Parts: sequence; structure tokens; C-alpha cells
Amino acid sequence: MLGLSSDIWTSVRLTIELAAVTTLILLVVGTPVAWWLARSKAHWKEAVAAVVALPLVLPPTVLGFYLLIVLGPNGPGGALASLWGARTLAFTFEGLVIGSVIYSLPFVVQPIRNAFEAVGERPLEVAATLRATPWRAFWSVAVPLARPGFLTGAVLGFAHTVGEFGVVLMIGGNVPGETKVLSVAIYDFVETLRWREANILSLGMVIFAFAVILSMTLIEKRMRKVRQ
Amino acid sequence: MVKRLTMKIARLVLAVLGAPSGPALADQTHVAVAANFTDAANEIAAAFRAETEHEAILSFGATGQLYTQITQDAPFEVFLSADAERPAKALAEGFGVDGSNFTYAVGRIALWSASADLVTGEETLRNGRFDKIALADPATAPYGIAAVEALTTLGLPAALEPKIVQGKNIAQTFQFIETGNAELGFVALSQIAATDRGSRWEVPADLYSPIRQDAILLKKGEANAAAAAFLDFLKGPVATAIIEKYGYGTESGN
Repeated sequence: MLGLSSDIWTSVRLTIELAAVTTLILLVVGTPVAWWLARSKAHWKEAVAAVVALPLVLPPTVLGFYLLIVLGPNGPGGALASLWGARTLAFTFEGLVIGSVIYSLPFVVQPIRNAFEAVGERPLEVAATLRATPWRAFWSVAVPLARPGFLTGAVLGFAHTVGEFGVVLMIGGNVPGETKVLSVAIYDFVETLRWREANILSLGMVIFAFAVILSMTLIEKRMRKVRQ
Repeated sequence: MVKRLTMKIARLVLAVLGAPSGPALADQTHVAVAANFTDAANEIAAAFRAETEHEAILSFGATGQLYTQITQDAPFEVFLSADAERPAKALAEGFGVDGSNFTYAVGRIALWSASADLVTGEETLRNGRFDKIALADPATAPYGIAAVEALTTLGLPAALEPKIVQGKNIAQTFQFIETGNAELGFVALSQIAATDRGSRWEVPADLYSPIRQDAILLKKGEANAAAAAFLDFLKGPVATAIIEKYGYGTESGN
């Protein structure tokens, strides 16, 4: 297809897999964090929020550097990897997932937190007077009302993981089918002066990014209308 | 308040702009340097500065990446490549100055591990008692090509294939091994020349073609005396001694 070799399609598939797994984990991990950040009265919660937002500001090299050490044989990642007989989590798909979850965390937590905050106390208080348990109220009141936030978070988390480069470069080791994702493949093509392939893939990324941003804006607009 | 702040900023700007920056330097030249030559280049640049008062500003990167940047009008005036191919290409494509390229160093590779007993020689590769072996990306890094060549000569690439991880350049490859994420790997001898740490096997030169590292004066530096001076200095005895100290061969001494 498009005259591209099969290893490119391996990279495309790998990228989508990585982004999908990362987004799923982020929704599971990010939702309770976002909920706590939105509802807690603890005065140190903004410190936690700042930690969550760190990847927005830190250069990927900082994350990549620490991850390389943390995932390695002398860090907790190595201890984890030894459970299945490996020495390190670097150079593996699992390692990339860990890196991506950290790297994309703010992009998922922030929109969900905002959505929970927008829901406010009132609907939950009403649910409580109707004898809904907090657990039930969360699932049948807060989550449906915060749906736009979940959607935005998922789309942003997915897209941001697809666009990840620096962290992958530093902990990936360029293993085809395992850690050689699209952005790294593009980098390789540029370096080896294979600009035709670089062009096709880059253009694909541009279109993808445009579609993501546009569809997100449209979805948000529509949701706002529905609610009004 | 705002006024005071403005004054402060103005003073700061003045201080930065007007600060005397040590002894006045004659001239500067921008040099693109292949990552494997980092330590030697730093030392050469220091010696160059001491002797000529010119300053060489060094940018390090993978040879392929640097060359791509050169084709896109990067401000480099001198290019110290990790191979002979890119400088030749620079000539052919009109980015280099005719007749200015020469071999400044001949690279060697070593199999290295950060742990003391792992690497004993060729048999370490044959036994394969390791999880990951690192080498530089052979698509862009000449040291990676040499490593693959050595493995091919030994008849090993298929057995090791699943264990190979690639660094973008020889510096990153070293870093993978240094952090223990890969137990061992092929590095430039120059990277471990200054230390006794870990265990190593200097790969015999007949297992791979010599890594001729060529330098070239780029068109951008044609009119800059500092650029020409740097290349002259690179050929001279002081630089040659530094280059050999870092485990490279040279045309004159080899």
C-alpha cells in the first residue's frame, strides 16, 4: 500500500496499539485521580495536581533519562521485569506503556478533572437525598455528566501518545515491532535521507492531528448544545 | 513598581550584553562533530583555543542527522564525520570545499560491558548468555555498521537478532550499556579508552572494515580563517596525540 514497506505498517500498528493501551490505562488510573483533585478539600491537593502536570513542562529528555534508570536492572522496573525472567523494562512495549502513561497523564487527568468540577456538588447532593450510595451516584450521575471531559481526555491522551518522540527515543532502543513507533520511524527516514517515506508518514501525521483537533472541537460544541 | 522592574531588566540586559567575556577571541567557527568523537573533540577544541585563540563551537550528533542538517543550511563550517561517505557526499552535492577532506581518525570498536566479568572475548558472543546487546543503528551510525559487519564475519547475526537493541548513535548505545539496561554492546574504543571499568574485548581489526572518519571544510566556512585553522590544527601533532590517546588510529601514526 502506497509503496511503503511492511516494516512501516508494523510501526503504524505498534503506534496505534501503544496509544490504545496507554489511553485505556490512563482512563482507569486518571479517573480516580481527577475525581479526587476535583472534590478533595485537602490543601495539598494542588501540589498533587502540579506533580500530575509536570510532564507538560519537563523536556522529554528528563523523563527519558529517569525512566532509563528506573526501568533498568538497578531500578524498580528491573525488579518487576525479573518476575518474568527479564532484566529491564527498557526496550520493551511494556516499558513504553509506562513511559507513555506518565508522559500523557496530564492530558487525560486535566479535562476529566475540569468536567467533574463543572458537575459541581448539587447533582450529587440530589442523588444522595434520593438515597443513592456515593458509588452509585458517581457512576450514574457524575460520570455521565462529565462525559465530554472523558471524551476529550481520551482523545488527547491517544493523540499525545501517538505524537510522543523523545521519551521513546531514549528508552526504546529502536526494536522493530516492539518499540519502533511512527515518530521514531520518521526520524530514521529523515536521517537516512529517505524523504519520500518521511514525507508520506509526516503528511499522514499532520492529517491525523488535524482530524483529532477538529473532531474534538466539533464534539465539544455539539455536547454543549445538547446540554443547553 | 513597574518602572523599577523595567530598570532592573534593563540593567540585567546591559550586564549580559556588555559583560567582558574573558580575553577577546580572534574568531569563532562552528563545527559539527560525530558523537563518538565527543571527548577527543572537546580536548582538541580546548587545545585549539589555547594555541590560536580561535574558538571552535562544537555541535554533537549522529553523523546522519548532522549531514541532514547540513543539507538544510545548518550553520556548520567544519564537519567531523564518523565515516568517509558523508564528507564525500558533501563534496558531490556541493556542500563541501574541494580537496579539503581528509581522514582525521580511524575508529575501532570494542565489545564492552559495565560488569567486570561478562565480556571475555569472542566466546561471550557465541555463548549468548545475556538478554540484550546494544549497538548503534547501522542505518545511520558507522560504528553500528562495523558492529554488524563484525557479527556477520563471526557468523552470528541471526542468533543475536532478537537480543539487539539500537542506540541512535554510539553515545546513546554507550548509555544503554552504562545504565545496565543492556548487559553489553559494541561501543567505540574511544569511549572506554580512559577507563578500566567493566570488561571489554577489543574487536580485531580484520573482522570489520576500518572506520575511516573524515573531516571536511564546508562551503559555509570557506571564508572563515578560524575554520581552516581548526582543520590545520586537527592535522597537527597536538591533535594527533589527543586523537591517539582516545583510542583512535590516525593516518600518520597507524
